[in-house]
Amino acid sequence: MYNYYLTIVLAPLAAAIIAGLAGKKIGRAGAHWVTIAGVGTSCVLSLLVLKNMFWGGAVAENIPVYTWAATDGLNMGVGFLVDRLTALMMAVVTFVSLMVHIYTIGYMHEDPGYQRFFSYISLFTFSMLMLVMSNNFLQLFFGWEAVGLVSYLLIGFWFKKETAIFANLKAFLVNRVGDFGFILGIAGVVMFTGSLDYATVFGQAESVAGQSIKIFSGTPWNAMTVICILLFIGAMGKSAQAPLHVWLPDSMEGPTPISALIHAATMVTAGIFMVARMSPLFELSTVALGFVIVIGSITAFFMGLLGIVQNDIKRVVAYSTLSQLGYMTVALGASAYSAAIFHLMTHAFFKALLFLAAGSVIIALHHEQDIRKMGGIRKYMPITYWTSLVGSLALIGFPGTSGFFSKDLLIEAVKESHWQGQGAVYWIAYLSVLLGVFVTALYTFRMFFLVFHGKERMDAEAKSHLHETPAVVTVPLVLLAIPSAIIGWYTVGPVLFENYFGDAIFVTEGNDPLRHIAAGWHGSLGLFLHAVRTPVFWLAASGVITAWFLYLKRPDLPETIKNKLSGIYNVLDRKYYFDDLWIKGFAGSGRAIGQFLWQKGDQLVIDGVLVNGTAKTVGRLAGVIRQIQTGYLYTYAFAMIIGLTALLGWLIWLR
Amino acid sequence: MIGLEHYLTLAAMLFVLSIAGIIINRRNLILLLMCVEIMLLAVNFNFIAFSRYLGDETGQVFVFFILTVAAAEAAIGLAILVVLFRNRQSIAVQELNTLKG
Repeated sequence: MYNYYLTIVLAPLAAAIIAGLAGKKIGRAGAHWVTIAGVGTSCVLSLLVLKNMFWGGAVAENIPVYTWAATDGLNMGVGFLVDRLTALMMAVVTFVSLMVHIYTIGYMHEDPGYQRFFSYISLFTFSMLMLVMSNNFLQLFFGWEAVGLVSYLLIGFWFKKETAIFANLKAFLVNRVGDFGFILGIAGVVMFTGSLDYATVFGQAESVAGQSIKIFSGTPWNAMTVICILLFIGAMGKSAQAPLHVWLPDSMEGPTPISALIHAATMVTAGIFMVARMSPLFELSTVALGFVIVIGSITAFFMGLLGIVQNDIKRVVAYSTLSQLGYMTVALGASAYSAAIFHLMTHAFFKALLFLAAGSVIIALHHEQDIRKMGGIRKYMPITYWTSLVGSLALIGFPGTSGFFSKDLLIEAVKESHWQGQGAVYWIAYLSVLLGVFVTALYTFRMFFLVFHGKERMDAEAKSHLHETPAVVTVPLVLLAIPSAIIGWYTVGPVLFENYFGDAIFVTEGNDPLRHIAAGWHGSLGLFLHAVRTPVFWLAASGVITAWFLYLKRPDLPETIKNKLSGIYNVLDRKYYFDDLWIKGFAGSGRAIGQFLWQKGDQLVIDGVLVNGTAKTVGRLAGVIRQIQTGYLYTYAFAMIIGLTALLGWLIWLR
Repeated sequence: MIGLEHYLTLAAMLFVLSIAGIIINRRNLILLLMCVEIMLLAVNFNFIAFSRYLGDETGQVFVFFILTVAAAEAAIGLAILVVLFRNRQSIAVQELNTLKG
């Protein structure tokens, strides 16, 4: 299998290098063929690996590939840990990536940076695979930063667009905050265990949990709590959890295919994956789990609310992504790691689908993204319509779709979690995920109705060009709609209840909410039939009905509500003032300090007084002294004589 | 009897005279060159007087060298003077003040 793994990782890298460096030579078609071949190879092999894991009973493999550096006791290397968690992630990443590659042919076909784009997304696939297949913290960090870099490059892909440059800088800076926490966490791991290797670190987890560390003088902290919270801060940056979520909505400035691939399906789930991978560590710190679940709850509920007031089609989907990432984080906090990964997988399919469908609408309308200028597109774009419907239903958890299985069981897991009876944390988490269902349904179908149903609000010129997008766009939509619709039926049992992950995920005895649920588990069909009796179903249904009533039946109402509740609307419209907090607050005060040091410290004191001041003093002094210089020979001769006399006098009489 | 001190006094007088000539003279560059020559001659006087007084010929050899150099120097000085006159139509010392800062 070693050669398989190596090929899976290196094929996209090779394709990226060819498309990037020889893009001009191989041309546009060459670029997309070589990258699709690279990612396709990876995808096929990854699916093969997954198949072996699922049905072939293959065991987890931990293969060191290369030693990059070895210092005193600390071995830094490259290696693959392919267990069932990794296999699932590899399959999801390469499959979505392949779909996005195909879709890009249609979406970017007029763009001058065609080859560059393909090179970047292939490079992204490589980085993401390095991240998920890593067997040590250092390679994880490499993948973590590499996906961040590609994300930066792709958000600013249209680098002549002012807003895109702003967005990619913002994404980069906010991610730095998270990454700082992350690398401190890794440093903590090395400090306490002296190793970067997962297996070694997890083996020593118990002893680390017994130690404490003094951060500020005085109170000692549990070492494991500190490490886990620091690692989770990294996840907060990458997986866009509040308050480090601000970069994700802005990242929609990039082309739509990358919004689907990076900012919905794969990169932003890296944080979720990382926490699941670190489950042997997180399980040992209740405080860290509490931190995780609260952050997740806040993100899940409040970011969903923002989706209701957005008018940009991609931003609505972006806020929905934030909210769903919050769901996954809540599941992590509730120790339901498999539920989080399961939701990650289904979410990757349906959210990539929704983004690509949104992109399909955007190209059909010639890069119009405002949903107020859409409407009634259903009859012009039937394939996009039906696939979006599948995606939207999966997102709200309509019974039978993949989202239903993952979300329903996720909420069930939170309900049954070890936080039960622990007071506020439990209720915050449970109520946010439950009410989040209503909010999700509301914003999803608000967007759906506004785009596909109702009055046709686009201008006549756009309408005359409106038609279904080409096959390279619709085929990926269909291919993603299929797993979005049905994958839940087949995978929910094994992944959640039949211990598919095995040793890859560690849950402390008694913490595992899925074990409670497993007792009442009677197969996918049982859950499906049971659906109407859960509050989740009714909340979702009422969300859809509310959306239908407000945006189709009485389209005048939203405006009235908006005016009545202008206070709340303003808070939502300004995104809870988080942007103000970061940009005006932190960045602003940083700039103010910089401004002060620059103008007062550097320009005034160093430049003004020290450097120029010295020069000016010398100049002024010289200006006075040079009056002595007459230019006449006899003056100089006289001065010489005087000087000579003085020197001689000194030599003779004073010595 | 004319002793060493008489020679030295004469040389000193010549030297001071030439310094005064250099400092006081503001009109004629030729006068300046002549003062320099006198200054050298004053020095030569000292050399010869001491050479005789100490019975050592080295001083007299020096005087020959100085005379040679002075001749060369006078030639160069006069050449510069000619060029200067061609350029500025004047050899007045008080007009030569471009050296000032």
